Amino acid sequence: MSTEQSDVRRTRGDDLARWVDNRLRLAEGSRQYLRKAFPAHWTFLIGEVALFSLVVLLFTGIFLALFYTPDTTTVVYDGPYVPLQGREITAAYDSVLRLSFEVRAGLVMRQIHHWAALIFVVAIVVHMLRVFFTGAFRRPREINWVIGVVLLLMAFGAGFTGYSLPDDLLSGTGLRIGYSALLSVPFVGPLIGFIGLGGEYPGADVLGRLHLMHVLLIPGGLVALVGLHLAILVRQKHTQKPEGPARNDNVVGEPLFPNQSLTSLSLFAFVIAVLCLFGGLFEINPVWLYGPYESFEVFAPAQPDWYMGWLEGLMRLWPNWEFTIFGVTIAAVFIPGIVLPGMMFGVVFAWPWIEQKWITKDPREHHLLQRPRDVPVRTAIGFAGLTLLLVIFVAGSNDVIAADTRTGVHTVTTLLRIAVFVLPPLAGWVAYRVAVSLGTGTPAVQDDAVATD
Amino acid sequence: MPEQQRRVEEWRAVRERQDRAARLVAVTFVVAIVACVALFIVYVRGGNTQWEGVLLAIAFGAIGLGLGLWVRRIVGPQVVVEKRPGMVSDEEHRAAFEQIYHESLGEARVGGRRRFLIRLLAGAGGTLGLALLVPLRSLGPGPEDELFRTAWRRGVRLVDAEGRPIRAADIGRDQVVTVFPENADALADAQAVVVGTRSLDPSALPVPDGVVDATVCYSKICTHAGCPVGLYRASEGELLCPCHQSTFDVNKGARVKSGPAGRPLPQLPIGVDDEGYLVALSDFSEPVGPSFWNLTHERGGDDE
Repeated sequence: MSTEQSDVRRTRGDDLARWVDNRLRLAEGSRQYLRKAFPAHWTFLIGEVALFSLVVLLFTGIFLALFYTPDTTTVVYDGPYVPLQGREITAAYDSVLRLSFEVRAGLVMRQIHHWAALIFVVAIVVHMLRVFFTGAFRRPREINWVIGVVLLLMAFGAGFTGYSLPDDLLSGTGLRIGYSALLSVPFVGPLIGFIGLGGEYPGADVLGRLHLMHVLLIPGGLVALVGLHLAILVRQKHTQKPEGPARNDNVVGEPLFPNQSLTSLSLFAFVIAVLCLFGGLFEINPVWLYGPYESFEVFAPAQPDWYMGWLEGLMRLWPNWEFTIFGVTIAAVFIPGIVLPGMMFGVVFAWPWIEQKWITKDPREHHLLQRPRDVPVRTAIGFAGLTLLLVIFVAGSNDVIAADTRTGVHTVTTLLRIAVFVLPPLAGWVAYRVAVSLGTGTPAVQDDAVATD
Repeated sequence: MPEQQRRVEEWRAVRERQDRAARLVAVTFVVAIVACVALFIVYVRGGNTQWEGVLLAIAFGAIGLGLGLWVRRIVGPQVVVEKRPGMVSDEEHRAAFEQIYHESLGEARVGGRRRFLIRLLAGAGGTLGLALLVPLRSLGPGPEDELFRTAWRRGVRLVDAEGRPIRAADIGRDQVVTVFPENADALADAQAVVVGTRSLDPSALPVPDGVVDATVCYSKICTHAGCPVGLYRASEGELLCPCHQSTFDVNKGARVKSGPAGRPLPQLPIGVDDEGYLVALSDFSEPVGPSFWNLTHERGGDDE
């Protein structure tokens, strides 16, 4: 033990740390991380909101998994919810009803889980917008951009599989639509659909498979990729706003210890607090009202969770074009259900390279962020894309809008079809004009990126 | 020494601010403890979803507030500046790495004509990868002709959701009944609707004779994305799918009036048996449900 004099008194924690360090020699490598610099701006915390929502999802999910059974055997409901008493339902739906009505703290856990899922996707999307509009995805961060988009897709997958588990009327409907999109793929669609469901719809063991994906494969993938996302972040260090002493070759910010770790812990607690408040007070996915899944029943208006709204809207807006060429039928849902989403995500994945090749023609390494006005073309395309998403998202509720405004669904759909072509270019043009008129001005710090390789 | 005195004053003021903040932080942590105790009591007394959520929110919110105050008011803002090396390796390291790598390859005798070994290994690995995927095929049977047929056969009675057979006379004008094949197991793709139409145009039907007076039967599965076509608008004589708002004209062979569906609902040709009950005359006129690529191909194994 050291006998060095120090004005800081040794504590038991120090002794423990020494015990560990005596066996793993960690002090040398981790010393630098104690004062690692975190650029202090609230927009850097949006990704953390997603991370903390994921943690809440994992823990509440473990609790739910202890009560849920992915079993389609028929049972007669005899629980406390009167309207369903005596109904023949599946054991899966029964287990969700019991979790909701009979397990103490079960409903609050279920609702926190569902709210956390919604906020998780919101946080990912907002984080992504921040990264997009500030150019944080530029070299050397293209890899993390791609990983981030994969994470978004996995979040969709987690949401979709989870939504389908309770085996209520709405969950079965979502699954049916997803299966139809899969079935429409030329040549391999029926094969993939049958392999996926274990036979013709509704399949032999759908719930068992969805359950496995929802509680093991997807969360495992999410955790692994989030780990990689963060490891790359640590390796590459944060981007920063071009202000004050910030340069391309430094990082200016608050130290990890104690400032950033306290800030992050505080945010973590606030995220949990908001999710618990929502989970306690705001009813979500009341599966008992929807009733058990019956393949011949559905109710209107049927709508998915918000992040599926754009897919729903695409399917509602796309014309009923179905045709057969050389004996191959292109089903009506194939283009809006498979091709268009695939193309949209393709563009998002490839954005860092698209921009580098055709817009900025800038292959240099960047660590200083940009303002949206600094790259008007990117900003314009971003706004156009967002507007497109917004229009097709709204189209996912064309029936509700028609009912609320007392117009026909047909009229609403026609208007939205026009909007798809008119509004995105308009929004892009406005964004471009605004960006240009604000001017690039003189940023506080000149981007001094140097050409490398 | 006014200078020194002012410093002492300043130091005292900072100290006081920090002490005040520390007291505030202490309060937040006490609030969290109280909320947790209350949560425990709520749980023991039978639980209450709203209180559980609110108390958890108070506990976590108070801790979050306490930590936030701690970092803002006690620790205070701090700035550190780190160096950021570029993400490209130094040429020296890169060259050394490449040299060692290629020398090692030489030791493995990969250079020159032995390169084909590498190619062969890649081929073997790729084939093995494909071979390892084969067991996935065990996950599901078919598809053979499942998508082309349902449980309907000639002479099978139409029954309602409770399993009761239906007489033609039971179906009034503008009435719709969801029907299934009697005594069948696989019902998901066999569901159909019997409709008592007002102005049926039999010539628009795939099987014009497969109707009983103005009563006609169609598949209930939407040809768009497979939802049950659950709504009937009598005034328009149309079946409406609530998922994506496709409408089908019951008088005109269930052709698509509006919405994203790409083809009519297949017809189930029906007739009447000796006892006056509705029966199927065959399977549906076309494959039911959402379309797929070989929809128009010859169906296999049809046992009329």
